[in-house]
Formats: sequence, structure tokens, C-alpha cells
Amino acid sequence: MDFLRPAGWEEALAAKAEHPTAVPIAGGTDIMVEINFDHRRPEYLLDLNRITELSEWEVGEESVRLGASVPYTRIMENLRTELPGLALASHTVASPQIRNRGGVGGNLGTASPAGDAHPALLAAGAEVEVESVRGTRLIPIDEFYTGVKRNALAPDELIRAVHIRKADGPQQYSKVGTRNAMVIAVCAFGIALHPETRTVRTGIGSAAPTPVRAEAAEEFLNAALAEGGFWDSGKIITPSIAKQFAELASGACNPIDDVRGTARYRRHAVGIMARRTLGWTWEQYRGSGRTLEGAA
Amino acid sequence: MALNPRVAAVPAGTPTKVTQGSQTKGGIGESTLRPDGTLKVTGEFAYSSDMWHEDMLWGQTLRSTVAHAEIRSIDVSEAVAMPGVYAVLTYDDLPAEMKNYGLEIQDTPVLAHGKVRHHGEPVALVAADHPETARRAAARIRIDYAELPLITDEASATAPDAVLVHENRDDHHIGHVPHPNIVHRQPIVRGDVAEARKRADVIVEGEYVFGMQDQAFLGPESGLAVPAEDGGVDLYVATQWLHSDLRQIAPVLGLPAEKVRMTLSGVGGAFGGREDLSMQIHACLLALRTGKPVKIVYNRFESFFGHVHRHPAKLHYEHGATRDGKLTHLKCRIVLDGGAYASASPAVVGNAASLSVGPYVVDDVDIEAIALYSNNPPCGAMRGFGAVQACFAYEAQMDKLAAALGMDPVELRQLNAMEQGTIMPTGQPVDSPAPVAELLRRVKSRPLPPERQWEVAGGEADVRALPGGLSNTTHGEGVVRGVGYAVGIKNVGFSEGFDDYSTARVRMEVVGGEPVATVHTAMAEVGQGGVTVHAQIARTELGVTQVTIHPADTQVGSAGSTSASRQTYVTGGAVKNSCELVREKVLEIGRRKFGSYHPAWATAELLLEGGKVVTDGGEVLSDLVDVLEDEAVEVEAEWRHRPTEAFDLRTGQGNGHVQYSFAAHRAVVEVDTELGLVKVVELACAQDVGKALNPLSVVGQIQGGTTQGLGVAVMEEIIVDPKTAKVRNPSFTDYLIPTILDTPTIPVDVLELADEHAPYGLRGIGEAPTLSSTPAVLAAIRDATGLELNRTPVRPEHLTGT
Repeated sequence: MDFLRPAGWEEALAAKAEHPTAVPIAGGTDIMVEINFDHRRPEYLLDLNRITELSEWEVGEESVRLGASVPYTRIMENLRTELPGLALASHTVASPQIRNRGGVGGNLGTASPAGDAHPALLAAGAEVEVESVRGTRLIPIDEFYTGVKRNALAPDELIRAVHIRKADGPQQYSKVGTRNAMVIAVCAFGIALHPETRTVRTGIGSAAPTPVRAEAAEEFLNAALAEGGFWDSGKIITPSIAKQFAELASGACNPIDDVRGTARYRRHAVGIMARRTLGWTWEQYRGSGRTLEGAA
Repeated sequence: MALNPRVAAVPAGTPTKVTQGSQTKGGIGESTLRPDGTLKVTGEFAYSSDMWHEDMLWGQTLRSTVAHAEIRSIDVSEAVAMPGVYAVLTYDDLPAEMKNYGLEIQDTPVLAHGKVRHHGEPVALVAADHPETARRAAARIRIDYAELPLITDEASATAPDAVLVHENRDDHHIGHVPHPNIVHRQPIVRGDVAEARKRADVIVEGEYVFGMQDQAFLGPESGLAVPAEDGGVDLYVATQWLHSDLRQIAPVLGLPAEKVRMTLSGVGGAFGGREDLSMQIHACLLALRTGKPVKIVYNRFESFFGHVHRHPAKLHYEHGATRDGKLTHLKCRIVLDGGAYASASPAVVGNAASLSVGPYVVDDVDIEAIALYSNNPPCGAMRGFGAVQACFAYEAQMDKLAAALGMDPVELRQLNAMEQGTIMPTGQPVDSPAPVAELLRRVKSRPLPPERQWEVAGGEADVRALPGGLSNTTHGEGVVRGVGYAVGIKNVGFSEGFDDYSTARVRMEVVGGEPVATVHTAMAEVGQGGVTVHAQIARTELGVTQVTIHPADTQVGSAGSTSASRQTYVTGGAVKNSCELVREKVLEIGRRKFGSYHPAWATAELLLEGGKVVTDGGEVLSDLVDVLEDEAVEVEAEWRHRPTEAFDLRTGQGNGHVQYSFAAHRAVVEVDTELGLVKVVELACAQDVGKALNPLSVVGQIQGGTTQGLGVAVMEEIIVDPKTAKVRNPSFTDYLIPTILDTPTIPVDVLELADEHAPYGLRGIGEAPTLSSTPAVLAAIRDATGLELNRTPVRPEHLTGT
């Protein structure tokens, strides 16, 4: 196994172009586990730790450009207002040590359905900035996950950053694990209200081969909120709407039975989380404070 | 956490204190600090996995990928040919006639012979100059398996055409077991259940399932074997009982015991998982073969295959009671799955059977406990040892009975609670304090944590105090509180006639103008605090401040196992005894030197305190320095507690146990009833410890045991696929143990009712809190949900019907 240590981004892109099988490593919180267990033995490891700009972020007008290696701890500490859903998701990642090392770029690169960041990215709306010696492109998050642990990256591309829409309304994130901390998701749910466009977006983790949006649930809710004039009135969402939303979210799952939980439980739990998080975000929206920050 | 100061209120009729006070600082009863505490917290402590030796090789074990198979062939040629590989060993390379080992029954092959009986069984060994090379070489060994039918439960084990896990058994249990796939069976019959059953106004039955728990010690199996010039080997290893290891290692190496010299290295937890051998023989074989030091360190994955687990169990219980709540009778059948090799299964069966009634008075019982041989992972010792599974079931039954009678569950328990003088189902009288009702009273009388304790100012929720924690699954929705109680009984020390002794060598001399004691035992310090307690005992008995604890090794007699809550009792007893013998010799010297100067030398009761010889009236006769001068006094002596007897194989009668230990818990939980997630808010414990030699350590042990019991209540389980008998979750990613966010407040109420038979009146404490913690949490979850919940651990699926 060769260890490539580019000093800068251009050099990294060149290395990736030369060795398309090279596996990029930043925090190493996922890759090193695979290597230590001998599950994976890449020909080349491409160390991105010398590329400082990957650990930086810029808050723009519309979105946050979050460097691929910005650790979860930084997101929790610095981006709670702009990215409340992702900040809540970051809280649920492993342990403090792992959160100090791991970043969203790793979650995207691995593209595991259990990655904690995915539902928050799907709900907020995001684009993944990828680059190769051939140039840069932005992949919409909805098109990024292509299969179990597969993504839309070309072999010569590296993830530079992710552009996440700044919250224009409340966001929430819930994750079920069988321990109260440091646990892989049995399933997870993210929700973001977008009052500017009067839409709601969602994301489901660990309950299908890839992270998915609960599209039917979103469409139903968007129509119901518009029809009932809820965005203007700010009145309480009727229990029947919440129930229907939850059922449709549950129906968006395509889970498996595994050692962490049953498919039936995952469907059930996603429905509960959908109903609760909708309630929390809507309360925040209609509440006097209209705070954008997650409650956790 | 501070000790609860309200430990007075000793019930009438309990013996008075048998402990003696001491003027010497750092003696028994003080919370002296662990010498290794700071090192461990700061990461500087050297564990067995940290050892290194010049020119050292790394050993690697190749393990079976299937659970039950004939080995048709093993091809090591590719592995041997790899550069950096020094040796590859299989069964055919074993040097001596003895090729098996085992704690009680020598049924475990050092390396598989023609057959593997469980997933992860060692088949071959590699030594190489780099661990990675060793691992890769092991992967190149080709094994041709022909799979055999699987024995995975009682039905498949005892089916008419069942394959035998062990053919040609010749152990001492084969004569009395109903089937060769049953390791051991222990019935207990007392009174007349059929008659007593007629008096019952209420009868409750239940079928209970206990999942397979892992000890999950943090320091994986590891050690270093160094070949010696005399043809022997020096083995540095983390274990629980050096001499038991030695007894099993030497015959397989073909060496006399004195040529296998063992030294305890840094142990990162044990909980029963280091009673059986793991890498000991393998490292020695490779070292003797290559002539080089060989180190073996398991990773976490391998560790799950490298030690036995807690027996999973199926338990069927029937309890009867009169309308006023008095137990009439008890019937139970306990089926423990021992897996592929016997390990400690026979003793676990004895414990499960003899403690199956719990700390209650029941005159008419019909009990049966068995352990199976199967192709599941081998199971053996783990903290609580058979008593844990039984406690989970009988405490669920007591709640069920209380509900059927319309009685308060704590009152029902108190009404039937055993006390000093109660006769056990084995016929053995309980001849020291058994404050069962009082322990329950204490946990019940504590104020409850406030309702909706997660609410913070402004109506917001602190999710850390809710089920799901920072995963943010509820802000109070669906959350219901539940409260549950449980109490348990555990034996202390090795039972059933085992010669359970310990040895201590104590030396006293003057060093640098000060009297110093050295305590040398073979006790394995696995975290229980023996290193602290031995020094405290020496200070109290010998009146010195400076005590050196010699590293544990086989150059001194056996200390017995660091198991069964026994080390403070037995090796503590041995240290006390040897100190007393040293003291006699010192006083002898004193009398010889100074007897003529003061009549008290001949007439008074003399003590050693604060570096001086004093009379019991407090008069100083001499400085120890002057008594000893250049002389060193040294004694090595064995010490035994009262002997026990075997249980009768048909009736289970016999004075089988040394001492009993009791703890009670009250669990307060918040359950998210919609998501099936649990937050244990508080887990209060009351325990009688006889005498707290080190109160801080006592509380630490109780909190640790309580947490381990919580783990198997809500998350800890090794999941074995019933179709393949393979372990599905051998990692800390999927075998979950409680984190600090899962660990509740654990207030501890310590009683000190002396057992007059034990040194200082002490009671072994390490296991009792592991028993009652699990059923208390289950009871609290049942209270919150109204569900029956007859299995542990409880998973979200069980609470949500999904």
C-alpha cells in the first residue's frame, strides 16, 4: 500500500488522476477501521490532511460552502444557526474524539446509508462540489447516492466541499440507536422547513439501500400546508395531516433486517420520528421566537 | 460518590463487630487510593498488550470460519513459504501427549484435531517478525472443511439422532447426565412440592430467556512468552489465576511445572473472561519452537472468539403462594447453553440450581439445572456465574406473583425474605446476617428522582436526560416513567467441596531506618483492588506504614482465582494470617531481646501499631526498628476458609457454599413507549458488605457491577445466528456496552453486618450488584409499559411489537 501525501489541492487532483484507485483519507475514522480489520486494502491511500482549505468553510448569501474535512465538532460549535439540521446530526456522530476528526466529506465519500450527515443534507438541500484535473462540477445531493456505499463520483474526482443551503426555517434531526450515545444509526430522519419556498424537505438514513428523501410525504405535506393556508396562519398542524405525513415517510423506507434492528422496526421508527420532528419544527416556525436553532 | 452515612440501624440479633481498630494510618476501613489509579486514568499504565522484547516475534491464531465441521486437510505450505514467517503450527506439531486443556474437564483442544466444534476455534498458529505478516500468513493456510449438523439448542442437543459434540466422554459427569450432549445436571429436591402446591391460592408460571453477555473487558487477551536457557519458558500474561493456567499449560508443553514461570502483567479487566486459557499455550508453543520471544495480542474482533461468554439461558419457573403472600413452593428448570467446551459449565450449573430460589424462604422445591454441549460459542465464567440468569427469572416471577395477589412487590419480597438461620434449598443453614428485607427497605425509602426530570427552564427539554439522549428522538413525547425493584443472592468463594485456599508470603524488615512489610501473593489484580487491600491489611496487622506489594507470579503458592467475589476474603484472609504469623515471630524476637525489661512483654496482649510494639492498653514497649534490627522475618502460609461439601447428585442437598452476598436495587427508568428506547435515570443499590475494607473501592465495585447488569438489561448481547451458529456482532460497533450517557446516578447504601466466620467480618462484594440490577431495570420497564418482557436484553422491537 502506497501512501500519497499531496501538499496542496492541485497536487491531490493530479495524484487522483494518476491513481484512480487511490482512496482519499482525511479524518480516517472510517477508512482506518476498514484497513485495521483487513476488510479493505487499497493500492494507494491519498492523504488529504495537508490541504488546509478542506478544513475551512465560508458562509455565503445563500449557502454555506463546507470544506470536505471540516470536523463535526466545528459544525456543532460554529454553524448551528446556518445549518441547524446538520449541527444536530453532528451531535449524534460517534464520540467526541471521532467528531474531532471526522467530517462530512468522509460520510459522502463512503456513502453508507447509515452515515449521520446524509438525512440532514437531503433535508436542507445541498450540492456536492467535486473536482478533478478535468474541472469542477456540482452534484445535487438527490443525485449523489447511487447505491449501497456508492456515489456519483468519477474515479478521478475528489470531494472538495459541500454547498448546503442556509436554513430559512426550522430544521430537526433524530436518530435511533440502541444506546444513548456512540451508536450507529438503526435509522434516522431529518426535516427542514423552507418558508421562503413554502416547502418541506426530508431525509431518511439507514432505512433503504441509500439515504433517501420521503418524497411522497413531502409532496403530501406541501400540498396540505398550502391548501390549509398553514404557512400564513401558522396554526397548529392537524393530527391527521401529521399522521398521514408519518405514514408516508414510513412508506418511503425500504429497509432490511440486520443485527442492529428489524425492517419492521425501522419503518415504524421512521414514522414516529417524522411525526415528532414535524411537530417540533412547526412549533418553532409558529412560535414567537421562530428560532432556527435545533432544540438539542 | 460519597458513602451514605446512614449505615447504622443494625437489626437486633446481629453479631457485634469482630474487626479491630488500628492506630496505623492507611489500614483497613480507610479509602486508600489505588497505586495504579492515576496511571490508568492518564493512559500510562502498562497493560499486557504493551509489552515488548528485543528480537520478538508476533503470534497469530487461525480460527475456524464454520461452527461444526470435520477438517479434511490443512495445507500450510504457502504460509510457511512467506518471508518473515518463522513457524506455522497445527495439531500435528504439539510436543506432548497431552493436547487438551480445560478448567475442570480437559475437553478443549489446544489446536483443533480433525474437527472444529464452534465458530472461531483455533486451528493453526503462525509466528512472524511482524504482526501483519503473521496475519497474512495465517490467511494463506488452506483448510478443507466438511460441515457437520449443528447442535444449537436443547431440542437439537437431545434429539434421538443428535450428533454428539464430544464423542467418547470419560469425564466424571457422564455417569449422571441424561444425554452425552449435557455437560452436567444438578437437581435439588426438598420437601414435597405436590403437597405444598395444594396449599397455593395463586400459582404463576413463566418462561424466561437470558441473552449471551460478553465480559467486554477493555484490555484484549495478550501476553509474551520468552524461551529460557533451561528449556523452559517465562510467560508474562494477563490472567485471573496464574496457578490454574500453569496447571493446564505445562502438561501440553511437555514441561515440568517449575520450568514454566508465570508473571502477571497488566490486566485490563476480566469479569470471568480470563479464567479460561486464551493465548497462553499458543505463545509458549511458538516461543519454544522458534527459540524467540513471542507476543500475541488479540484485536477486539478476535477477543470475542478468544474467551468464553456468559451462558445464555432458558428458564421455566412456577411459584405458588397463599392468599396472604407466603410462598408455598417453587418449581424451576434452568437450561444453560455451555457451547462447544465445558469450561466452567458444571460449576455454573451448581450455582444456578442452588441459588435458583433467590433470597427467599421456600421449604418445598423441585429444581433442575443443566448445561448443554452445543456448537454455539463456549460459555463459562462471568460475574454472577449462574446466579445472574436465575435472579432475572425469579425476580420477574415475584413481580408476577405480587400482581396476581394484588400485593406491593416489595412487601411480597419482604414477607418471604430469608434471614440469618433460614435453610437454603440445599439444606444449608444461612449462618451469618442476611438482611434481605432491610436492603429492600433502604432502596425503597429513598426519595424518587423528580418527575419530568428532563425539563429545564423555559419548558425546553434536556435531551441528555431522555431516552435517545443526544440522538434527539423525543422531547418528552411518548415517555413514561417506571420503577422496579429486585434483590438477589450470590455465593462467595468456590463451592461444592473445592479446596479453595490462598497463599501469602509476608516479610518484615527494616529498610532505611523504617520497618517495611512486603506482601507477595499470586493474586491476579484485575481491577478489584487487591493491591490496595493487601497493603491495608499489612498496615493494620503489622503496624507499618510502608508496604510493598510484590508482583504476582508463580514463585509463590497459589492464590486461587480472582473470581467468585473471593479475593478479599481468601487472599485477604491469607495475607492477614501470614501477617499474624509474622507478628508472632516479631514479638518472639522482642520478648527475647527486651522481655526482661518490662513485664508486659510476657503478660499483656501485644499489638504492632505505628511502627511500635504496644500493649492493648496503649503502652509502648519498643520500636519495631529496635526489635528487628538486621533481622528479616518472613512467612509463607496457605489459608483456607471453612470447607464446603458437594451437592448430592439426586437431591442437591449439601453445605455447598462458603458465604452469601446480598444486594437490592431500585431502578427508575423513562421509556419512550413509541420508539422503544430506554433511559435509566437512577439505579439505587443497597448491599451488605460485612466490613468495607476500602469503602471507596466497595462503592466502585457496586457501581461497576450495577452498570454491567444494566448493560445486559437493555443492550449487551452476543447474537449467534441459529442457522449457522456463527457470531454476528463481534465488535464494539454492534456489541454495545453502556457509555457514561447510559449510566445513571447510582446511589449506594452500604451496610456492614459482620460475618463472624470471615476475616474482619467481610463479605465478598463484586458480583451481587450484577445480579439484581438487571431484573430491577426490567421490572421498571414493565412498570412503564405494561408489557410482559420475558427476555433480556430488551430491544426496541420488544417494546414496540415490531
